[in-house]
Amino acid sequence: MAYSNKVLDHYNNPRNVGSMDRNDPNVGTGMVGAPECGDVMKLQVKVNPETGVIEDAKFKTFGCGSAIASSSLATEWLRGKTVDEALEIKNTDIVNELSLPPVKIHCSVLAEDAIKAAITDYKNKAVTQTVAVASTK
Amino acid sequence: MYAEKGNHIITAATEHKAILDTCKRLEKHGIRVTYLPVQTNGLVDLEMLKEAITDKTILISIMYANNEIGVIQPMAEIGKIAKAKGVLVHSDATQAVGKVPVNVIKDNIDLMSMSGHKIYGPKGVGALYVRRKSPRVQITAQMDGGGHERGMRSGTLNVPGIVGLGEACAICNADMPTESKRMAYLRDKLRGKLESELDEVYVNGTMEHRLPNNLNISFAYVEGESLLMGINDIAVSSGSACTSATLEPSYVLKALGAGDDLAHSSIRFGLGRFNTEEEVDYVAAKVIDVVKKLRELSPLYEMAKEGIDLSKVQWAAH
Repeated sequence: MAYSNKVLDHYNNPRNVGSMDRNDPNVGTGMVGAPECGDVMKLQVKVNPETGVIEDAKFKTFGCGSAIASSSLATEWLRGKTVDEALEIKNTDIVNELSLPPVKIHCSVLAEDAIKAAITDYKNKAVTQTVAVASTK
Repeated sequence: MYAEKGNHIITAATEHKAILDTCKRLEKHGIRVTYLPVQTNGLVDLEMLKEAITDKTILISIMYANNEIGVIQPMAEIGKIAKAKGVLVHSDATQAVGKVPVNVIKDNIDLMSMSGHKIYGPKGVGALYVRRKSPRVQITAQMDGGGHERGMRSGTLNVPGIVGLGEACAICNADMPTESKRMAYLRDKLRGKLESELDEVYVNGTMEHRLPNNLNISFAYVEGESLLMGINDIAVSSGSACTSATLEPSYVLKALGAGDDLAHSSIRFGLGRFNTEEEVDYVAAKVIDVVKKLRELSPLYEMAKEGIDLSKVQWAAH
């Protein structure tokens, strides 16, 4: 399989690899995929609760080069965006940026799902926290 | 003439696509095919084979050695069982010929196929052994036009191909005693290095009955295609090259009972006449390096290290 230079670059120099504390109230974690399907992506965002801006994003991916590149690229794009802006990232944007072939489109879909899952996790935490704060008052 | 006796063929789930796809085609023509499962070591269970034979069985087709995991089937035993029931045995010996001693008489084989390019011979030529006596095997001609090769395959003979194939066999035969030892030494060295530097690597298929040049290993928590990408100066395959057009995990490893996750993490290393010990050292170092790097990237490895049982996780399958 021929990979685009951008896929190769992300594979050889993955951006923002790592993990953040999933119990941190400002961290949203999304884990999508399944080992038996050959792809698992974990994507985390750290959000500034005051501004709603994603200050940090990390990923770890089990999957092919395109899956690694898609999630690496996603973390790059997430940094500096607000959570609402982040939800606007579409898998097709990733496909275009990385020139993914048709058989690898599912990698981009997975990355979009991971973004949504991480943001949803953050938002759920924020709600719980607000409720918790409200109930202690 | 065999169709009068019955319409049942027995083969194994781990056969090469050349056999499986042919069986699938035959099924459309009214042939009934039993695909025997294999044991976790990759070998056919002889008891299951015995049970699968019916009075309608006309052929058992079991590969001599597997192309992905190199496991060598007990051909002589299979042949004995078949003979007792009056059933013919075909063996796809493409991977075995030239690597291990193959003897159609001792191994009780009635029909055997092989190809030139797997034994350093010319590509585009192969051979089908057809037993001439006890029993005499009669096959239908696939092409007509002159009755060459005893009427089995008409057409002007490919003399350079035939000579090349014969010479390739002769060289393999002469070199086999030393070459098989050298292959096994290099293969075992590769395995030893990988296992000493990496945790959770699993050899697929038995090491006991195996081609000396084959090593098939699963590197847990690392996806095969991403591993291939990191070692793209090394000619190995994830699963088998014959099925690389699909992104499915190896059906051979699945037949061994390996989970899909481990099947996705497998690499087949095939050694050959022109490989050197330096190359094996290079491959070992490179694979170790890339596996370590990819495990740093792997959420599964991280979870496993945290003591999470991955089989109990609710995955959001897609």
